[in-house]
Amino acid sequence: MVFFGILRPPKVPAMKKEVQNKIVVTLIFLILISIPFGMKKYEEFTSDSFDADMDMALERYGFFLEDVTESIGVNFVHRRATVDERLHHILPQISSVGASVTVVDFNNDGLHDFYLTNSEFGEKNALYKNMGDGTFKDVAEEMGIADLNIPGLGASMGSVWGDYNNNGFEDLFLYRWGKPELFRNENGEGFTRVTEEAGLPDHINANTAIWLDYNRNGFLDLFIGGYYHEDVNLFELTSTQMMPDSYEYATNGGLNFLFENQGDGTFKDVSEQVGLHQSRRWTLAAAAADINDSGFPDIILANDYGVDEIFINRNGEYFFNTGQEAGLGFVPKSGMSVSIGDVMNQNSFAIYITNISEAGVLMQGNNLWVPTRQVSEDIPRFRNIAGNMGVEIGEWGYAGKFVDLNNNGNIDLYVANGYVSDEPDTDYWYDYARVVGGNRAVIIDANNWPPMNNRTFSGYQTNKIWLNDGAGRFREVARSVGGDLNLDSRSVAYADLFGTGSMDLIVANQHQPVKIYRNHVKPEHNWIGFKLEGTKSNRSAIGATVILHRENNSTRKYVSGGDAFSSQSQRPVHFGLGEEKSIRRVELRWPSGTVQIIDELELNQYHKITEATE
Amino acid sequence: MTTLQLSERFKTFKVPPGLIGPLLITAVVVAAHFSFGILDGWQKFAAALGVAVITESVLHKIVTGKWRNLSSAYISGNSAGILVRSPMIWPFALCAAISIASKYVFRFRGTHIWNPTNFGIVVMLLIASDSMAVLSIQWGSNMWAMLVIWIVGFLVISKVKLFHVCAVYMISFFAFAWIRSLYTGGIFLAEVAPITGPMYQLFVLFMITDPKTTVSTKNGRMFVAFLIALVEMFFRFGEAVYAPFYALFIVGPIALIIDKLWQERKDKQLTGTSDIEKIRT
Repeated sequence: MVFFGILRPPKVPAMKKEVQNKIVVTLIFLILISIPFGMKKYEEFTSDSFDADMDMALERYGFFLEDVTESIGVNFVHRRATVDERLHHILPQISSVGASVTVVDFNNDGLHDFYLTNSEFGEKNALYKNMGDGTFKDVAEEMGIADLNIPGLGASMGSVWGDYNNNGFEDLFLYRWGKPELFRNENGEGFTRVTEEAGLPDHINANTAIWLDYNRNGFLDLFIGGYYHEDVNLFELTSTQMMPDSYEYATNGGLNFLFENQGDGTFKDVSEQVGLHQSRRWTLAAAAADINDSGFPDIILANDYGVDEIFINRNGEYFFNTGQEAGLGFVPKSGMSVSIGDVMNQNSFAIYITNISEAGVLMQGNNLWVPTRQVSEDIPRFRNIAGNMGVEIGEWGYAGKFVDLNNNGNIDLYVANGYVSDEPDTDYWYDYARVVGGNRAVIIDANNWPPMNNRTFSGYQTNKIWLNDGAGRFREVARSVGGDLNLDSRSVAYADLFGTGSMDLIVANQHQPVKIYRNHVKPEHNWIGFKLEGTKSNRSAIGATVILHRENNSTRKYVSGGDAFSSQSQRPVHFGLGEEKSIRRVELRWPSGTVQIIDELELNQYHKITEATE
Repeated sequence: MTTLQLSERFKTFKVPPGLIGPLLITAVVVAAHFSFGILDGWQKFAAALGVAVITESVLHKIVTGKWRNLSSAYISGNSAGILVRSPMIWPFALCAAISIASKYVFRFRGTHIWNPTNFGIVVMLLIASDSMAVLSIQWGSNMWAMLVIWIVGFLVISKVKLFHVCAVYMISFFAFAWIRSLYTGGIFLAEVAPITGPMYQLFVLFMITDPKTTVSTKNGRMFVAFLIALVEMFFRFGEAVYAPFYALFIVGPIALIIDKLWQERKDKQLTGTSDIEKIRT
């Protein structure tokens, strides 16, 4: 029957059908294994990266970074701390931090200066004074804050500036692996060491400190984050069992401290009383901002070898850890840096925390936590959208800093990467992975850690510059905009160093030279800045929130007392505006609780605003 | 029902052998996650598990025209969900899919020759190492969790009469760790450290003991376990972080193919002998 023969499919012999099935399954398999290859090719196809070219970068991205380190007279080289000889076999990873940068106008001349820490005993810290003619001069020696890496006292790890005595000049707090120090600024003409009379402790292995006025009494308090246990003297070990007791669940780090400013030049340790002695995580970075609009600054901690934490400030009386409830304290990673910013111009703060990603070995990914809803009245819930926004895969991250590099009104991200660059084409990861995968009894003892023998360890990694397109995606542009830096970068600060209204960058590199980038921004992009001075609030105005209401949205920034990794950027708050010609109004929320509204402000200049007393 | 009857029932209760693997891995996942948050997130784990089950169902239906028991896919999905480490979801799903698909593509004499998860992990490390890594940290910071998992795991493995595989592998691992430390001048504890982590627990309890991809005789299985540890040693000399996976990836299928051929030859000889006997009679 021809008719049926046409309608019915011909009978396939069993053998032939088996072959057909085999082909289908094999095709499915081939499609599956080609997916990553296809994704890479698609990324390459959509990327429009080009070699550094100022004209092209200005046209396409609105800014270009020029390395001006030498030409402005900066020749600082960081040297790492030399610790107890029982740790020398792993010295580069033990002494992998200490290069830091903080920006300050220490003499109130209206120009941004910056302070760099060194770490090896005998090596000096540097205070680069802005000479106002595009050059800088190291004045640390004459100001009395250079020679601070001293056996018995410790190695500098970082600094942070704040006017703790409200006399109008920024004072210096220096944290070490060793004794923390406070230096009072004597009218911009020198610094006096006031550590003993301030009542600071003898020894903390600190890698972060921030100023904040936690109880809103008008005086800056001091938070210090402990990394190694405070009983460990890294320069004279009593035991080699001082390494983390777990790679992701460590419980033997240093305590965190809060020193309350008594208003008379002394500080009182209130850490236990306010609830900050609940855990012994390995804190590497901290930032404080009012993330729940309670009026009080909350503290966010990035912890190495464990989960991150959010300490919500309850009425300036105590802090409670809401890391888990808020969503960011569950999956343990290696938190290295905390930066806070309104990443989508929604008038709320997001939190960026860097971690470690090494292809094929450890893929933690960085976290961009954005607020989604309230868990309760004062606990916001956050969701990690780093992957969606394209800022997830860094490498061995340190400072991750929000900064509007092209003044277009969207904050971008500068992320420092790279751990230990030593002999090229060598790698310590195999040995590292063996030990950190081991049990507590193995990992905790430095003697069990294989020697590094000059091997590179996640070194020669390039810093990332992620440009925010304002529509929910970031694009990596470092190579194209002149920011292709592959040193072991740690700390990053921004400041308008040359008075152009753009944010220049200072990048401190571990055991390597510092780098200064002058930022050339598309001239059509407008901006506005605010230099705040507290009256009822602390005079530095640290903790103040500035809300800029524009035609289409509102966005916020805050006056930081230190953030990211061991860094502090310029005190004045700066907003890029793109091609907007005006702003609607500015709302200032001072730490004291005072709210000030200002209309009709000129663009492209800094406005000095003093806290209203009424 | 009386208490006595209940007690008798409890004594005679036996978990069906096919459920032992799924139950053990479920216990490990649940305990590890609620104790230490070992999973990267439930969505990623669910992606691995869901894709494994779907892939198994679809491919089996295509190949045989029938639906099949999904306990094997369940174990593979769990293993991929625990072992893959990535901030993205797709590597979890892709690893699970590749693991299952490998069973239908690479076959010899009617059976698959790679442990599916081992295959998936190694292929993912080759094609997507910039997007994923493999679990290489430990369960929390104390020894107890590790010991409990080892003990429970060994008890269960003993039930299915495969403890000898684990024992030979572990003894060989320690011996080769000692040899490596002598050869490299390294610290013995650092050489031994990885076996105290969860990656090895999953490797020893679920991969090298996979009944489908182990050889047929007890002596053969012990020899293969020894060979895996031996090949692993050479990968470790080459500083391969995931040395055990690569070792099993190479040794496993070769051993299985040789075993199948040897079995066939033996069967043929037996058949030949019996034919001759038939003729004589």
